[in-house]
Amino acid sequence: MATRIAEPATGGPSAASAHLQPEDRVELLRAMLLMRGLEERAMTLYRQGKVPGSFYDGYGQEAVSAGAAFAMGPRDRLCILHRDLAAHLIRGVTPARVLGQYLGRETGVTRGRDGNVHFGDWRLGCVGMVSMLPDMMLVATGMAMAFKLRGEARCAITWFGDGSTSRGDFHEAMNWAGVQRLPVIFVLENNQYAYSTPLDKQFAVDPVQRAAAYGFAGVTVDGNDVEAVFEATRAARQRALAGEGPTLIEAVTMRMHGHAAHDDMKYVPKEQVEEWRKRDPIDRQSARLSELGVDVEAVRAAVAAEIDAATEEALAAPMPDPADAASGVFCEGEAEPLGDGRAPWSGFAQEPGGEA
Amino acid sequence: MATMTYLQAISSALRDELRADERVIVMGEDIGVFGGAFKVTDGFIEEFGPDRVMDTPLAESAIIGTAVGAAVVGLRPVCEMQFSDFISCGFDQLVNVAGKMHYRQGLAVPITVRLPSGGGFSGGPFHSQNPEAWFMHAPGIKVVAPSTAHDAKGLLHSAIHDPNPVCFMEHKHLYRRVKGEVPDGVYETPFTARVARPGRDLVVIAYGAMVEVALEATADLDGAAVEVLDLRSLVPLDEAAILDSVERCSKVVIVDEANATCAAGAQVAAVIAQHGFESLDGPVVRVATPDVPIPFSPPLEQAVLPSVDRVREACRELLAY
Repeated sequence: MATRIAEPATGGPSAASAHLQPEDRVELLRAMLLMRGLEERAMTLYRQGKVPGSFYDGYGQEAVSAGAAFAMGPRDRLCILHRDLAAHLIRGVTPARVLGQYLGRETGVTRGRDGNVHFGDWRLGCVGMVSMLPDMMLVATGMAMAFKLRGEARCAITWFGDGSTSRGDFHEAMNWAGVQRLPVIFVLENNQYAYSTPLDKQFAVDPVQRAAAYGFAGVTVDGNDVEAVFEATRAARQRALAGEGPTLIEAVTMRMHGHAAHDDMKYVPKEQVEEWRKRDPIDRQSARLSELGVDVEAVRAAVAAEIDAATEEALAAPMPDPADAASGVFCEGEAEPLGDGRAPWSGFAQEPGGEA
Repeated sequence: MATMTYLQAISSALRDELRADERVIVMGEDIGVFGGAFKVTDGFIEEFGPDRVMDTPLAESAIIGTAVGAAVVGLRPVCEMQFSDFISCGFDQLVNVAGKMHYRQGLAVPITVRLPSGGGFSGGPFHSQNPEAWFMHAPGIKVVAPSTAHDAKGLLHSAIHDPNPVCFMEHKHLYRRVKGEVPDGVYETPFTARVARPGRDLVVIAYGAMVEVALEATADLDGAAVEVLDLRSLVPLDEAAILDSVERCSKVVIVDEANATCAAGAQVAAVIAQHGFESLDGPVVRVATPDVPIPFSPPLEQAVLPSVDRVREACRELLAY
């Protein structure tokens, strides 16, 4: 199978503009800039020996998590993958807690219990991923099952990669969601490589085509256009809330860095990387906003200052107490369900209860 | 009080929970219209409807995984594995997603997984296993294994009320063989051990179907006063009760129906070796199924499962030590 590359585009209007106010479009850019800036900062800290373990980032894929998470309401629930930091930021996790997470500090989202992007702030409606991909497809499916069972107008969303489509849990989740017609959105983040394995060694049929086999809609979207990802997700959510079942969104993008910090990506042709660099999602959204007269440099400067402040805060935070290492395996109190998250899209403010 | 079989007690607990708490759902393969492979949920779908008594696709990983998702948004799912053996297909969701959730993220996963376990009926290698030790070794999962009708109901109520993932090992051989007095309504049995019969000369430590075997094997053992300790819960393991029995009796036989290596009984033996050594008047003796798949043909199966005779012989030898 040929490598999938989205249509070239730089700037210009998007199909989503009908649903996005100028402040929304800036917020999308801001989320992507914050993700990239925080990950670049974390990589620097990693090279300085301050981030333990390994480090994974989503450089070049920022539009996928930013665009999709932006379409989610406060009472929707999210299972977020490791290259999707922007979803956490949109949901309301602060940059200092993200860096604290990478640094293994007590102030990190998992308080040092887990590393890198293996986190989810349950108080903000998010469940952290596990390394066995795509286990969280089933968890998201179960959330949607509960929503449907209780007759609630809510939906669940989860992200996973092209490699995940080979595992049984992908099939089990797609099948279950199709059979029960559940309000769940599956975002397949097709970034061309699963670690070093290219698409043609992963599947014989483009996985978006499999959606039809499970009885629901599958759409392919330019994963480097944040507004296109938003629009596809917004439409999928509308379908979900209308009782029309799941949607598989294949967001076509490119993993521009190695699988993790140690990976020099020598298995990827240089021309492929250069081709995708021209489609950088942040450059595209910046160009779009510049045409609208937005002071993009001011947005960049504000984000950079935010990251500097967060770095200072995170580095000053304490490490977890070793005496506490064995605590918290079991819940000793009442089981509290996931809480509501931040949902900044202006569309939610226009609807009663914030549920567009 | 009513007299119920072990199976009726499990059904009764589920029915009471479904009536009392709208967050409770039961889900599994063939549990709705058919009422379950062992008829534990017979008639449930008529009373509670197909949403709360859910016939699922044949997908064990999905049963556990969707239960986790439903639990973290406020439901109290009770999953049925048609046979405990099939949990191998749901292992990852249980061990990696459910079991580690609270430690990693502070998020509770209140799910109960019912695991019809055990052999003795020519079920063969895939319908006879006792997989409880797999989950004892996985942090974050509780494991209970009742031996009586009373505890089957009480432990199931406790499991459903618990904010953590709980594996409920229900022994198939006890389903219709064991009967007992069961209180009316909802009650909780604690995750602690129970002295099934007090004694002072030797203690047999067992759980699940092996409690009956231990009681029968030692009912009349040359006049010896043999204690039988029913563990009931494997995680948490009631170390205080174990050490208390050892201190009182000084001789210990531990019985597992599971394969011997790293079984629950191996952990019990380790606890005694480390903390009860000074109380012992003889070696810690174990009776367990050897490390073989459970064979199909009756003479082969009976040759590997711990029998009344094997337990009695082990006790006799230890009493004479």
